[in-house]
Amino acid sequence: MSLTRARFGSAEGASATQGRQGASPEVHGSHTPPIATSLDYLQINSLSKRFSAHGNYAFKDISFSARKGDFIALIGPSGCGKSTLLHISAGLSASTEGTVRLKGETVTNPRPDMMFVFQQYTKSIFPWKTVLDNVMLGVKYQSNSSRKNLQKLCREQLELVGLGQYAHYHPYQLSGGMQQRVAIARALARRPELLLMDEPFSAVDAMMRVELQDLLLQLWHDLGLTILFVTHDLDEALYLAQRVIVLSASPGTVADIVDVPLPYPRNQVETRSQSVYLDLRKHLYQLMVQQVVAQRASA
Amino acid sequence: MKIERWLFGSRISGLILIALLLGFWQFSALYMMDTPTWPPVSRIVQSWVENVIDGTLIVHVFATLWRQMLGYGLAVVLGISVGVAMGYYRALYNLFEPLVEILRPIPGPAYLPVLVLFVGIGDEMKVVLILVASFFPILLNTYSGVRSIDPVQFDTARTLGLNAVQTFRELVLPGAMPQILTGMRISLAISLILAILAEMIVSTDGLGYFTLLAERTFKVPEMYAGIFMLALLGYVLNRTFLLFEARLIRWHYESSGRR
Repeated sequence: MSLTRARFGSAEGASATQGRQGASPEVHGSHTPPIATSLDYLQINSLSKRFSAHGNYAFKDISFSARKGDFIALIGPSGCGKSTLLHISAGLSASTEGTVRLKGETVTNPRPDMMFVFQQYTKSIFPWKTVLDNVMLGVKYQSNSSRKNLQKLCREQLELVGLGQYAHYHPYQLSGGMQQRVAIARALARRPELLLMDEPFSAVDAMMRVELQDLLLQLWHDLGLTILFVTHDLDEALYLAQRVIVLSASPGTVADIVDVPLPYPRNQVETRSQSVYLDLRKHLYQLMVQQVVAQRASA
Repeated sequence: MKIERWLFGSRISGLILIALLLGFWQFSALYMMDTPTWPPVSRIVQSWVENVIDGTLIVHVFATLWRQMLGYGLAVVLGISVGVAMGYYRALYNLFEPLVEILRPIPGPAYLPVLVLFVGIGDEMKVVLILVASFFPILLNTYSGVRSIDPVQFDTARTLGLNAVQTFRELVLPGAMPQILTGMRISLAISLILAILAEMIVSTDGLGYFTLLAERTFKVPEMYAGIFMLALLGYVLNRTFLLFEARLIRWHYESSGRR
């Protein structure tokens, strides 16, 4: 009851304006910037999900939106439906109520302009294919260019994630962090605008996670990606994102939307010791504790 | 210590055991049991060599082999096709799975009298018998292999924009391959058993026919030579299969830590 309801279209977010030039081709040519930076790039409208007709809601009436180029983190206690929310956003499953709109179009199926990075890289990366063939899988049926050109493109993506030397390895020869890099390279090969990432670094060790976080920020900056990043780690959310959306415990609702006014490029040591960071961390931590307590009480 | 490692560290000990057993056979046949039903190994090998050289055994091996391979090959094609369809489409699985569970426990040889009634006693009967008996292990392993493919992998295929045919080629077939091959290996052994059985009951060629005829005409060394030939055939088939399997799913052994 005491929880804050969704503040739809609130908060202007941090002022970083990344984004590919000349976006939004469906709007007439030269006057695109206002559209490209408006909040209606990605819209989550009163989204609800329950898994059976009379079952409990996994989450209820969730709304938020993102501009092109935003980095948004979604955190919440386990069971709040954040992963399901991301699957629905990707068009991998259907909502019970509400819609997801990307560039004004309702999402009902996976689209090439948004790519999903799964938590379970050991499954998402096909173990019977080499690293290069895994990356190729995303482009070889979609493009008319020659196999040679596509391989060149895929090798470039592998270079971007630091796996240039590993094209002919099999996944079982790589560490977990490297396998998740393969998944990221595969997503990038499709030239997506939006990356949906479902706890992508939660299964890799701490050192590797730090490296992957910085790699992701680099890619976000260089490629002008928009990223929706689900995590249960509030430090990870704060370090990466411009805005953190906090979901409440089951059924999930938007408990708070927090802007993170920390400048980029961020630094693992310095950013994490700034007072703004620490204050926000305290705030988020309190929120999370509240959620857990509320969940215990209702259970 | 060193000798122990040399002996049991590899399969040398197993080969020595086979040699010892053959030696004991030879010894017992020569000095302990003077009976025509227990000829010495040397006599069996002699008979085997004679029958190979004059072409008799070769003809029978190929008679057996083509029946077995035809029945087995058809079982592989049918088993994988139906198995993939059942694994892929829940409705088909629900429709056919109970039927499969009822038919599956029927031992292969039990189909023989029925087949004799419907397709006669020729090669068709033998091929169909081998087909029916080899079909079920492949079918079962294929659909359980397809069903065990992780939903994350199907989601991955969807986000990468693969259509049904591409998903089949890139995910379903390779993903289920380790289990499909398990079924195929079980069925390979079954197909040889059924081929020999059918040849023993009604045939004019094949290793089953050769072996049983030798027994009935009391050419005991020939009978054993036929059985030796069967052991050799079974061994070569299995080895060839393992080689083929290792090439096809090396990733599986490597990623599950088995070698």
